[in-house]
Amino acid sequence: MEEPIIERGTEEKRPISRRDFIKGVIAAGAVATSASYLFRSTGAMFSQSSAQGSVERLITLNVNGQIRRVDVMNQETLAMTLRYKLGLTGTKLGCDRAECGACTVLIDDVPHYSCSVLTHTVRSRKILTIEGLASPRGELHPIQQAVVDEQGFQCAFCMSGFVMAAVGFLKLNPNPTRSELAHGISGNLCRCQDYNKILTAFMRGAEYMRRA
Amino acid sequence: MAVIHDVMPSFGLYQPASVADALNLLDRHGRDAWILAGGLDSFDWLKDRIKRPKAVVDLSGISELQGIRESGDGLEIGAMTTLTEVVRHPAVRERYSLLLEAAEHAASPQIRNQGTIGGNVSQDTRCWYYRTGWFCYRAGGNICYADTPTAMNREHAILGADRCVAVNPSDTAPALIALDASMVVRSKSGERVVPAEEYFIGPGTDITRMTILQPGDLLTAIRIPGTWGGARFYFEKVRDRNVWDFALVSVASAMSDNGETIERVRIAVNGVAARPLRLRAVEDAVRGKARSEETAKLAGDLAIQGALPLQHNAYKVPLMRNLVKRAIRGAEGA
Repeated sequence: MEEPIIERGTEEKRPISRRDFIKGVIAAGAVATSASYLFRSTGAMFSQSSAQGSVERLITLNVNGQIRRVDVMNQETLAMTLRYKLGLTGTKLGCDRAECGACTVLIDDVPHYSCSVLTHTVRSRKILTIEGLASPRGELHPIQQAVVDEQGFQCAFCMSGFVMAAVGFLKLNPNPTRSELAHGISGNLCRCQDYNKILTAFMRGAEYMRRA
Repeated sequence: MAVIHDVMPSFGLYQPASVADALNLLDRHGRDAWILAGGLDSFDWLKDRIKRPKAVVDLSGISELQGIRESGDGLEIGAMTTLTEVVRHPAVRERYSLLLEAAEHAASPQIRNQGTIGGNVSQDTRCWYYRTGWFCYRAGGNICYADTPTAMNREHAILGADRCVAVNPSDTAPALIALDASMVVRSKSGERVVPAEEYFIGPGTDITRMTILQPGDLLTAIRIPGTWGGARFYFEKVRDRNVWDFALVSVASAMSDNGETIERVRIAVNGVAARPLRLRAVEDAVRGKARSEETAKLAGDLAIQGALPLQHNAYKVPLMRNLVKRAIRGAEGA
């Protein structure tokens, strides 16, 4: 179902006709509809018209190396766009208030709470979600592999946010101490209180990354 | 804080590319405009539907508001510079580690990656009666729900309350006051440069605002003079949990001493009043004195004069006294 709207980032860039663009946007709407069972009230919300403002609603996003075309309301957060327009439900919404970290994604390699970013402010940026971490051949990212090896999480609702925060932190600090890593991922909460296992997994993941 | 898992109500979104365009938009929309910087304060208001602005002016596309520049013998920090950029900047690290400490203690890593210094100093109070939409003095009503016999006011003010007992939540504000920074405020009618201390206002001045910003005004930059570069600094923020939380009380001081005697000093506290307080009486009392336990005690005792705690925040009085002592003497001395 998602296939028609995806333009592989690796493909040669070609001009997009307005017709292609609009077709893409319509298909993205279909994804939103299929996801709406998770979120029954949003169908009506998404169809409301936006107030007068000067931004173009039909925008192009760079998500996980793919160019995604999508119809975005002025007031829409990135978490909403990712989950309910683009079908990327790996990004979780916990508090929707920048207080838990479950929605963490990388924007130009920097961890952000996607619940607290307006999609319209990241039009020219590179967005990376948990779905974009594994290699195109399906090999897990070293951090993901370490989470599997160490059984890092219990219920794992917070996992994708934690993993993205750790990947962002390790890009700048590839060889942290355990307490530096704890500080680096302190913007994420785990309700299962699995912090010890999470840190052990990420320390191992950091080691995998250094070896790779 | 109601958690509504839904999109925000609609608003007009404007994304100017220059300060001039932003000022035109703010002028045109007046009270209906809402300035969006990092958004960490804004989105709570919008998601909870407490504030319903018609025109949101997003500053993220204005490059002239971003970054840190050397300016004379000091620094000029664009208002849209993120707290993470402040923390990582070499000149801040070398000469103004007080500001680094303050910025590093704000919120969480992701919030520092997105939250801006302009937003940090301009954010609204976190009084939960006000934030959840109670029609209090600050919201235009005629009661303070945090100052009633049954109110939960453990985090509220002990000084300078005037009807409203909310406190200023900014971590960088006391550091900027201690560094004698000034705020560059622009509007359609021109630019003014205001000392950081005067940027913040209490309920006695205007009970509905935290800063001097009026509709149409935009904080564009913060200037830090060379005066206090490399001085002896002290910053401490006490909070309930080590991430996310706002200060219960924080203290920031800049001092120059000749090893023994305090020659120059500036000291500010936050979390105790509706605006960060510069402690001028303390500065005057300790100037020229030895940096000793006695002087620290004098400073602490003087700092809390006039403190008037509410039902649940009397602990803030000794907390503030001890933090001021430490600011003079260092953590080991108090």
